[in-house]
Formats: sequence, structure tokens, C-alpha cells
Amino acid sequence: MKHDITEKNNVTIVSLVGDVDLESSPEARKILMECVNLNRPVLVNLSGIGYIDSSGVASLIEALQTARKRDGEFALVKVSDGALRVLQLARLDKIFTIYDTVEDGLAGVS
Amino acid sequence: MTATAKNEEQAPEGAPEGAPKGAPKGAEVIQVRDLVAHWGPRKILNEINLEIHEGEIMVIMGGSGSGKSTFLRHLMALERPTSGSINVLGRDIGSMGVREMFELRKKIGVAFQGGALFSSMTVGENIMLPLHENTGLDRMTMEIMARMKLEVVDLAGFENLMPSELSGGMIKRAAFARAIIMDPKILFCDEPSAGLDPVVSSALDDLILRMRDAMGMTIVVVTHELESAFKIADRITMLDKGDILFTGTVKELKKSKNQRIQNLLNRQTEEDTLDPDEYLRRLTGEELGKGAAP
Repeated sequence: MKHDITEKNNVTIVSLVGDVDLESSPEARKILMECVNLNRPVLVNLSGIGYIDSSGVASLIEALQTARKRDGEFALVKVSDGALRVLQLARLDKIFTIYDTVEDGLAGVS
Repeated sequence: MTATAKNEEQAPEGAPEGAPKGAPKGAEVIQVRDLVAHWGPRKILNEINLEIHEGEIMVIMGGSGSGKSTFLRHLMALERPTSGSINVLGRDIGSMGVREMFELRKKIGVAFQGGALFSSMTVGENIMLPLHENTGLDRMTMEIMARMKLEVVDLAGFENLMPSELSGGMIKRAAFARAIIMDPKILFCDEPSAGLDPVVSSALDDLILRMRDAMGMTIVVVTHELESAFKIADRITMLDKGDILFTGTVKELKKSKNQRIQNLLNRQTEEDTLDPDEYLRRLTGEELGKGAAP
């Protein structure tokens, strides 16, 4: 898994690329928590994700919960159909805010 | 007799999710070649050949003593075959060492018939057990994963109960949650509906279909419940006395003219269809290759 972190309009945009699985999810968790700890709105761009398993989704949930405790914004962008099905299985699509594009995300969390 | 999976039926176009999809076109994740298995001197499986595809729900059926449970144990690499080979996720399990087998088992989930939960652990601890044994994930990540799986099997909030506090259906669902905690590529289910009332049984069937659709899992189910099999199966393999009698879609199975299949489907007992010659051979031991007594 690779990642890229940028900042736009005071929003942290973290892009995860590749597979997020049991091997790579500890790294994904660390990256997401670091982004949340910047105390700025966070957009997680999942367009480059090939596969995300439950451990990856768990990392997203933990980051979301941490952000919410601080009244921070945390949203997902460009969730693939496969990832969306995994989220829907546990009804997690109801707790994440999901945007179709980065621009929509920026407008939503800014 | 040797039988090989034959299936030409296409998945119906635009078929809704949560329904059998017919003959799959995914890669083969399990290949069984000329599998022979014995229990002592008795031959249980007789040159079985079968392929199971990625994302497919394969239901294995058969009467008592048909060899279906033995077949499942071989697919799960719990038994060594007398001869033949079983290839799982690209590896011949007969030639695997302990370490390779350990790695393979991380990609396989098993929901045992009785649940097989540890009575001294809470439901949550039972579900997290494979994560503790196989990963170095953070405790919080493991707890969230366990709660997610409990949501999936409609047991949200039950993580702190002991297995003895659950009903039979709940134990089955908790066992499912543990079986899928590592997001396995292949899920084996042994008699998931056994002992459950029709409503709970139907809910478990729905769960199996949802897991296939959402996670793309290959699911192998051993059951004797026809209604359940017809609801979930992309294909059915019917075993009879150690041979594959049939492999195909539900539609093909129902259309089969084979009398033995029809007898099994209609729940006719062997007594109704007794072959006197075969019965005599069985009584005299000829069927086991011992020959008639002098």
C-alpha cells in the first residue's frame, strides 16, 4: 500500500493506493490517526484502493470516531463499488460521509 | 465411477443480488483430482473430481453415509487422502509443509456444525481468537473488526455474553462471525441449518448470500436441507456412496432424469429402492472386495 498526503483549503487529503489488508492496515491506521491529529478536516481518497478488508475498514472507523470526539470532519471520497459493498455489509455506509469527488468533499467538509 | 463438474448454464443476466448466480466463470480456487479416501478398510470417496470457482456457493449434498462430511474434511485439509490431489488457492495441500498449511488456513474460514465456540471465553473473545493467533493487529482494531462481524450476523451488542447464554441460532451466527473475522477467501460451512427453526435457518441462508455478494467469498456448504440448498447454491454436488452423482445448477438438478437423484430429492429411503443383488453383495462382503464366504 502507498499513500499521499496533501493539504487544500485547510483540509488534509490522504490518498490510499493499493490493497489495505491485514498486512498493510496497521500502516494505514497510523497514517489516518496522524492526519486526524492535525486537527483539520480530513478527506480519505479511496479511488486508488484495489481491495480493503475488515482491518482496513476498522482503521477508518477508529479514525472517524477520533475525529468526531474532537468535533472534527472526516469523510471518504471516491469509494469503489467493492469497498462500498464491504461497508454496506455492516451498514457502515450509514455512518461515513461519502463524496463522489474531491471537489465535493472539499465543499462538504470545509 | 468418476464424475467431473459439468456446467454450461449461464448466470442469468441482470440477476438480483442475493440470489444464486448459476454456473460461475471465476477462476478455480479448489481443484479435486481423483480423490480417494478410506476409513480403515472401507472406501469412503471413490475417485472424486470437482472444481469450485471463485465467488461461487457450492452446496454438497448427499444422504447419510454418502461421504459428504469426509469430503469436506479433506477440502479443509483436516484429512490426508489415500490417493489423488486437492489444490486449494493454487497449492497442492498434499505437498504442503506445516508453515505453508498455517498460511493457507489464514485464508480459510470454517463454521463448524456445533459452533465450536470456547465456553470459557466471551462471544467477542471467541470471534477475535483468529486475529490474536494470526495477526499483530492493535487491540482496538481487533475489537472494531469483531463488532463489525457481529453487526453482519445480527448479533450486535452480544460480545460480552458467554456462549452458554446464546440460543442455538445465535451460536451458529457467532460461529459465522468467527469464521469470517479474517475475511477468508474460502468459507466452509458444515450443516449451517441443522437444528434450527425455518425462520432462523432462512436468515442464515440470507447471510451466506450477502457474504458471497459483498466479499466475493467462495463458499462451500455441506447440508442435507433441500430448501436451503436450492436457495443459496450456485451449483450443487450430490454425493452418493462415495461417488459424485451430479454436479450442476439447481435447475439442472431438478430436471435430472437420474432415478437415484430423484429418489434423494423426493426423500425416498433406500428401503423403497432396494436392489436385492446389491444388498446380497453387501451382506456377503463382496462390495468391500472380500468376496463371498467359501
